[in-house]
Amino acid sequence: MNPSGSKINWQKLSPWLYTAGLFLIWELSCWLFSIPIYFLPPPTVILHAFQEFQTALWENSIQTLWTTIVGFGIAIVFGMVLGLIIGWSKNIYNGIYPIMVGFNSIPKVAVVPILVLWFGIGWIPAVLTAFLISFFPIVVNVATGLATIEPELEDVLRALGAKKWEINVKVGIPRSLPYFFGSLKIAITLAFVGSVISETVAANKGIGHMMLIAQANFEIPLVFAGLVALAVEGIGMYAIMAFIEKRMTGWAHRSGFAQ
Amino acid sequence: MNPFVEIENVTLSYSDELREPAVQDLSISIEEGEFSAVVGPSGCGKSTLMKLVTGLLFPQAGQVRVDGAQVDSPLKIAGMAFQNPVMLPWRKTLENLLLPLEIVSPHRERLRKEKKAYHQQAEELLKTVGLEGCGDQYPWQLSGGMQQRASLCRALIHEPKLLMLDEPFAALDSFTREELWCVMRDLWQQKKFTVILVTHDLPEAVFLADRIFVMSSRPGKILVERKIDLPRPRELDLCFTPEFTSIVHELRGHISEARS
Repeated sequence: MNPSGSKINWQKLSPWLYTAGLFLIWELSCWLFSIPIYFLPPPTVILHAFQEFQTALWENSIQTLWTTIVGFGIAIVFGMVLGLIIGWSKNIYNGIYPIMVGFNSIPKVAVVPILVLWFGIGWIPAVLTAFLISFFPIVVNVATGLATIEPELEDVLRALGAKKWEINVKVGIPRSLPYFFGSLKIAITLAFVGSVISETVAANKGIGHMMLIAQANFEIPLVFAGLVALAVEGIGMYAIMAFIEKRMTGWAHRSGFAQ
Repeated sequence: MNPFVEIENVTLSYSDELREPAVQDLSISIEEGEFSAVVGPSGCGKSTLMKLVTGLLFPQAGQVRVDGAQVDSPLKIAGMAFQNPVMLPWRKTLENLLLPLEIVSPHRERLRKEKKAYHQQAEELLKTVGLEGCGDQYPWQLSGGMQQRASLCRALIHEPKLLMLDEPFAALDSFTREELWCVMRDLWQQKKFTVILVTHDLPEAVFLADRIFVMSSRPGKILVERKIDLPRPRELDLCFTPEFTSIVHELRGHISEARS
């Protein structure tokens, strides 16, 4: 059998085809079951809302995008530093880990009012919520990479007189990079969740805020347009992270299995 | 010849275990340039012995001396290779070889300046184990046997006086294993470092070693010390001679005793 030719094209086309299929089923179901527009608007109506509220959607999307990216950026720096510290020593690991798990279990929507109390309504709570919700997977993954150095390799290097920091710099950090870049894909989608949560509670800009207003004005197609805009931004950022991951740690994707 | 590695009445038990000590009253003496092998049933403390000699663990009683000095910190003159080649997948094979040089003085200071000379040295070492031109490949592009050869090179790149081998050939198929016996034999013949080979494979020990120590099961101590007088250089055909098989047979008897 010859797997080349049309087969490969199908592989590349499939994400588009499946997405188109989803929207098609959505559209048809809306007409077929005559679902009211204020309950679930069909994609064509949402598309129309995109045209109608172009400026509002654009401005608010940009707002959400940059608060998310800033929060995500802080999460990267903080997550990496904390991950390195935790992965460095078993003692710190044992001490901090339960606190981290406890903190991560708190629904972040419950933290937003506190952030508003401290920083007022605006972009700061959105950035901070995006940060708080997305740093955890980064910390865990960096720490795991460091903590799982092969004992044999550690012995080889220690027997040569290597200090702990040398082992970490030569082996631990490079080997935690695939975990780190992998965690970025999870973290960026979480960061969107964080900033939008905060915007729906306390902001005067952003997709979350816009959706809240649209809902109050009974502009249901615009609410859904906001959701679609968020999905598109999320996919875009995810793709960027996946691309960076592949570029930086190609050696970790050597098996043909995951292709 | 004076003893290069001396272990005297050493006892060590792991603090987190309530079991018997890993090794008890263990004494071994290995001469400089000698190829020694340690065999024994599994769990007899062979790996503990490796760590004691290289200064990764310290005994609760007794003494470990290497090259005339008591071992009270990691050795720095030892090379190690294990059953698992543990190469760094993000470095090319040649860069993997250079890893020890980035840590051991005086190479670490010179490495950047004399990069070319060191690369040359690594290439030559690769050539002696039959990996000529493989330095540019990533370790995961090499076969298991080739990775193990590279791992041996990494253990030898800083020209250690002591080579510690912990079942380095155990995970290979028998043909590759015999090939690597010869590689090891030639390397040792050429450079005459002191070797401690820990293994389960009796023919391997007899083929390679000058002297074999049989360890008892836990708590580990030396049951028998057997000198191997088979003439060198040894060829693989030797493994099928009656002298060879009778030594293997004799050792096998000691091991079954050790297990009971």
